[in-house]
This record gives sequence, structure tokens and C-alpha cells, in this order.
Amino acid sequence: MSKNINSSSQNFIIEGANCGSCVAKIEKALKTVSGAQRVEMNFAQRTVQVEGQADEAALIAAVENIGYKAKPMSNDSEQDALDEKAKADDAHYKKLMRNMILALGVGAPLMLYGLIFDMNVITTTQRIAWFIVGLATLAVMAVAGKQFYNGAWQAFKNHAANMDTLIALGTGTAWLYSMVVVITPNLLPEVARHVYFEASAMIIGLISLGLALEVKARGRTSEAIKRLIGLQPKTARVIRDGQERDIDISDVVKNDQVRVRPGEKISVDGEVLEGSSSVDESMLTGEPMPVTKQIGDTVVAGSINKTGTLLFKATHIGSETTLANIINMVKRAQNSKPSIGRLADVISGIFVPTVMIIAILAGLAWLNFGPEPSIAYAVVAVTTVLIIACPCALGLATPMSVMVGIGKAAESGILIRNGEALQVTSKITTMILDKTGTITEGAPTVTDVITFNNSDENTVMQHVASLESSSEHPLAEAIISYAKALNLTLSKVTDFDALTGKGVIGTLDGQTLLFGNKALMDKYHVAIDDAYEQAQTLASEAKTPMYFAVNQQLQAIIAVADPIKADSAAAIKRLQNKGIHLVMLTGDNQATAQAVAKKVGIKDFIAEVLPDDKVNEVIKRQAKGEIVGMTGDGINDAPALAQADVGFAIGTGTDIAIESGDITLMRGSLHGLADAIAVSSATILNIKQNLFGAFIYNVAGIPIAAGVLYPFFGLLLNPVVAGAAMALSSLTVVSNANRLRFFKPAKS
Amino acid sequence: MLMINILGALLIIAIVYWFWLFKPKQVQSNDNKVAIVVDNGVYQPAQIKVVAGKELTLNFDRQDSAPCSETVIFPQLDISKALVMGDANTLKIPELKVGEYDFHCQMQMYKGKLIVQ
Ligand SMILES: [Cu+2]
Repeated sequence: MSKNINSSSQNFIIEGANCGSCVAKIEKALKTVSGAQRVEMNFAQRTVQVEGQADEAALIAAVENIGYKAKPMSNDSEQDALDEKAKADDAHYKKLMRNMILALGVGAPLMLYGLIFDMNVITTTQRIAWFIVGLATLAVMAVAGKQFYNGAWQAFKNHAANMDTLIALGTGTAWLYSMVVVITPNLLPEVARHVYFEASAMIIGLISLGLALEVKARGRTSEAIKRLIGLQPKTARVIRDGQERDIDISDVVKNDQVRVRPGEKISVDGEVLEGSSSVDESMLTGEPMPVTKQIGDTVVAGSINKTGTLLFKATHIGSETTLANIINMVKRAQNSKPSIGRLADVISGIFVPTVMIIAILAGLAWLNFGPEPSIAYAVVAVTTVLIIACPCALGLATPMSVMVGIGKAAESGILIRNGEALQVTSKITTMILDKTGTITEGAPTVTDVITFNNSDENTVMQHVASLESSSEHPLAEAIISYAKALNLTLSKVTDFDALTGKGVIGTLDGQTLLFGNKALMDKYHVAIDDAYEQAQTLASEAKTPMYFAVNQQLQAIIAVADPIKADSAAAIKRLQNKGIHLVMLTGDNQATAQAVAKKVGIKDFIAEVLPDDKVNEVIKRQAKGEIVGMTGDGINDAPALAQADVGFAIGTGTDIAIESGDITLMRGSLHGLADAIAVSSATILNIKQNLFGAFIYNVAGIPIAAGVLYPFFGLLLNPVVAGAAMALSSLTVVSNANRLRFFKPAKS
Repeated sequence: MLMINILGALLIIAIVYWFWLFKPKQVQSNDNKVAIVVDNGVYQPAQIKVVAGKELTLNFDRQDSAPCSETVIFPQLDISKALVMGDANTLKIPELKVGEYDFHCQMQMYKGKLIVQ
């Protein structure tokens, strides 16, 4: 795609600018560079943006000439930031792998030697040889383990302790003891003159390997966000001054006219001005079927235009688009933790100093009560306790799963507000469903037209629609759109009158038109005997029948109903199979409610409820100890959604109240609800597995490392095993969380 | 042996004092603009005094490539921010009430506190 020349801009990071007056100086210097059109510096961030076609090297030189430094900054769009992060991760991975090879390269042969021969230090030759090995190990520690020692020291200076502290102490202990053996063996009993250089090197190697694999696996965890951000196109084709041009997405302004061709992504939210096309919104809503868009419809950024060309007016741009809101919400939710994860936080917060104390106590216990050579045993125990105790896995257990789970949900059009909502959703026992708009489409349509006295459907509908075009009744819309579908042209009705609770009346071509219920017909003495029974049958099918008469003669019964969504029954079955008790609430009359409930298979329903009653119903069920979920389609359900333990807002696609409810279902289908519950259960299970896995490493690992099994089985862990276990524990947690990415909610 | 046991006990007391009891030094910011370096497993400065009722600008300079430092979280404020390597991480926090607000990385290995006065 060609890029609009005028919109190009370059960004730089300025170094050395410490005072406000620098800004003017730098801006002035940059403006003198040929091609620079607009220069703007952000002092707080120390960045400067230069628009126009100036040469990058010339700009940098201009800044350097006045004594500052400029570094080109890449476009700060999210996508680039992610690419940059991927690059940084990759570099980090490579560095860790290099460290691993170096440390294991020295450690593994040493360990092998130790297994075949003994690493005792008796003769002078041995002392010299081991002294050289000790120096080599020190070199490995300084190069491959540098980051751990640096980190430990910085943290120590700041009264903090972290995993670096544990690694530094553990490997340091092993090395120092070994060096003492080599340099002044006389300080120690002969049996304790044993070196542990291989442990220091191996531990650094194994932990580096663990971290490297963790970096790799972590990258995959955030895939959902990456995919969402990837939906954002970088350019848009905008019509300005009568010309079409591709401009950078950040330069689109509100009310711009944007053209999108078949196969292209829609760049910003907008309203269709021209054309019609089918648009694939599945990446946002989880709805697999493409949606037809016509003049007046809204389109959302990130969806794909399939068949026709559309011209639309930009209504929401940049950070205001639905896609940007979704990305933001998912990102925020991914970093919040459900309450089961908080325990782990508290523990890892006080963990490291506690482990140091445990290590000292274990060492003292070995020295006081251990068998000979007690000092050698003490060193092994202290080293092993320190190494095996890294709380990293514990700290990772929850956030990793939450990240994948919430991302997974977002891919199916389920927006979860926070970790807490995720957790409570998995425990819901009762789900209250609003009927209109949730189980049903929420838009009444004409279902039956039964004619009488030789009238024909087209004439009837032309009359009724003409009459209803003056009415503000919600059913009027259904009648008029039905007439439009029949290509009928409406006429002007005179003497229109609406009789509350009965119907409407008007005059057309000198004839009196009546449309309404039985009460209206009775009032005007229209005979409906033939039709009454048919009307009753329609009513029992959850339809609303109305009579139409011309000059006191019955012409037709027209039935209007709010159709049940095609997949409501199947989704309700899924919820019931999970053991969730379902309750349907509706403001409709008893007969309609009963008919709908029966059709979708809900036994418990309450008809003729007012919005306040909905809240009370939630409270009533909560008082019984139920965990109540409430599903509704918005405004009148809002109080009940807020009162429920988890509120599920059905946001029909675009203009959704993302901010209301704990969970927003972007898709109209109730399958979204069943999917949400399935994803949440899977995620919570995954967190529990992770916490269990991580706790086991620490809870079981520390006492074994300290030597509690020794008196019974003579078992004391090798520090190298501890290093491997520690590397494994984080890896286990991250991989288990990644397993969630393949989770698919069962459809039946 | 007694000497070693006493030494061990003293070491434990030193650990308790150094990591748990010591009150770290606090950095005062009058203009509510603070630059925080993220490196080697710590935030520097970590204890930051700021003025209440005024927007706060924090600029994180992330030098540390450890995955832990990737995100900074303010749990009480429901804020979390991904940090990219380098110093282009500006976080604006709307005016805060008097109180103490913790911030930390994903695993709570890096910890800091905002003291709003
Ligand atoms: Cu860690």
C-alpha cells in the first residue's frame, strides 16, 4: 500500500535534555533541517516528533550540534511495541541459552567426574588441580551468573530479597565452602574435604535453561492480545478534497469518509453512508456468520469486509473504537487476580527471607545433630534449601492462567472484566435470564396473517401498515417492516386516534379502519365469533393476536411475536447439563411467558415482573445462599445485573455497554453464556493445578532439602537436583497455563 | 559449636531486621513527577512521597530484561502497565487521596510504595 507523503513523521528520544529551556532550543534546531515541517517535543517523555520529509541523519546531527543526543524511536503503535518486545524476548532467550551452554559445559564434565571418581581433596596435586577448577567455576559464575549476583546485590542494598538472592546465596555457599577445602583443608576434618564446584556451575546452567524456556513459553501466553492488536489495520483509505488516499490510521479524524473494498479490514468504527456488503465480525463477537451491512448500519474496526465496497463515516477513532476498548479491557483484566491467587501473593511476598532463615536453621541442625562429616552435610542442606525454594512458580501460577483464560474468552467474544468475575462465574448455581432480547430476539415480527371475508393479505397489510404508521406502539415497527418486505406503498390515514389498551382507529378513502384487541372490536360492535378461537390458539403459542376490521367487518387477525433465538434451546440445555438452575424473568403476561419457557425448556419462570422485581428476585435467591448470575440485554436489567454475583450483559455487537456488567457477551447467542461458564471453570481448574504444582515444589521440596528424610531413609537431595527442580517448577506452571490455549468449550 | 549457634542466631536476627523491620528511605517529589528505574530486581526509588490531589506522572525506565519486571501493578488502583525496555514508559495517575499505595511486578518480587500526603 502506498503511504501518504504528508502524513509521515519521525520520532526521536532526546538524551541530555534536563531543563525546560532545552525544549525551545531543540525544536528550533530541528526546524532548520530541510524538510522538517512541524516539530513538537514532549519534555516529560523526552521525545520529539518531526513531521515532513526530513533526512533522519540530518535531524540527529542537528540535535547533536547543540549538545544533546537523539535516538530514533520506532512508531509507538502497539503492534510495533509488541514486535519490539518479541525482539527483546528473543535476545534475552539467546543470552540465557548462551549462559546455559557455558555453565553446563563446565558443570556437566565435573559432575560426571564426581560420579566416577571422588571429588576429595587430599594430596597437594589434588589441591592445585581443584584450585584451578575453582577459578574456572568462578569465571563461569561471573560470566553466566552475573545477572543473578548483580540482582541479588542491588536487591540487598534496597532491603529486598528475590530469587536472585536465593541463587546467589546457594551457589555462593557451595563455592566458598569448596574453596576453603582447597585452600585451608586443615580447618576441616579429613572426611569433609570434598568440593562442590560442579553444583555451582550446574545450578546456574539449569536455572538459565529454565528461565530461557519460560521466556519462550510466556511469549505464547499473550497470544490473544497479540491477535486482537493485529486486527487493527495500520492505514485507512480516506476521501479528502474529493480524492482517495491511504493515510496512517492515527491521522484519521472523526467524520472522515472512509472507503473499504472487499477483503479489506475496516479501520475505524463508523456508520455506512454508501453501499452494502457482508462483514465478518467473528474476531470480535465470536459470531461465525457474516453480518450484512447497509446504509445506516454501524461497522467496527478490525472486522473484515467480505463482498462489497462500503463508504462509511468515521464515528470512533483511535482509542475510542470498540476494538481498542476490548483490547484495553482484556489487558486490564489479564493483570487482575482472582482471590484464590492472593494467598500465593502473600506467601511469595515474605518468602525469600523466610527461606534464608530456614536454611540457617537447617545448617545449624546438621552441625549440632548430624552425622560426620556434619559440616559437609550442613553445606549441602543449606545450598539445596536455598536453591529449591525459589517462589517464582508460585508467583506465576495465577497470572499465567488468568492471562490465557481471559484471552481465550475474548477470542469467543466474551469480555471478562476481572479475575474475580472469572472465579465467581465458575461457581454460579442459579442463572436468571431476562426473556426479551436474551432468550428471544428482542424485536417483534409479524408471524401470522389470517384473512376473513374474502380479503387478501396485501390489501390488509397495506391498510394496517398505513394506519400503524401514525402509531408509536412498539408493535407498529413490526407491522411496517413486514409491509415494506411485501413492497407495499403506504397511504395517508386521517382522523387517527389511539385508544389506550385497545388499539388504533383511522379513516382511509372514506372507510373506517380498526386495529386492536377484542375490547376494541366489542366497542365498535365488530363480529369476531369466527376468529376468536384461532386468536386464542395463537395466544397460547406466545404470539400477540390483533384484529383488523374495515367498516365494522372483520378482515384479518395479525399475530406478532418476539421470536426465540434459533439456538436458545440448545444453549439452555448446555447450562442445565452443568447443573445450573435456570430462571426466566419477563414483563410479559403469564401465557406468553409460559409458552416461551416451555419451548426452550425452562421450568422456573416468573411473568409480569417490573425492573425493580428483577433486583428483588436476585436478592431473594442470594439470601437462600445461591450464587446468582443474571443475564440481560442492558438498560432496564442494569440494577439486577449489578446486584447479581456475576452480571452478564448481552451487548448486541457494537454500541454495547462494555462498561456495564461483569462479563459482556459480544455475541447475541446464549451459547456465549455457556461458553463463558465453561472457560471460567477451565481457567479456575488450571489455576488450582498450577498452585498445587508450585506449592508442592516448595512445601515438599524445602523440608526434603533441609534433610527431614535423612533420619528415616538416609536421603539428602543433591543441590544439582534442586537446581533442576527449580527450573522445572516455573516451566511446569507456564506450560500448564499454555495448555488452556487449546481449550474448546463443548457444544452440547 | 556454641559460637556457631550464636552466630547463626545473630544472622537470623540480622535477616529479620534487614528485610522486614528496616524502614527504607523515602524519596520526596514535590512536582509529582517521578522517574523510576527498574533494574536488578528493584524499583529505584521504591518509596516515593507525593502530594495528594494532584495528577501524578511516573516514568519507568526499564533496564531489566527479567520477565518479572514486564508489568507494574498498582493493586489498590486497579492499574497495570506493561513496561517496554527503555525509558518510554509514562504512566499518568489521576489525583490520589492521602494514603499508601503499593506497586509491584507480577510476581511481587519488585516492590514499591507511593506515599500520598
Ligand atoms: Cu522470580
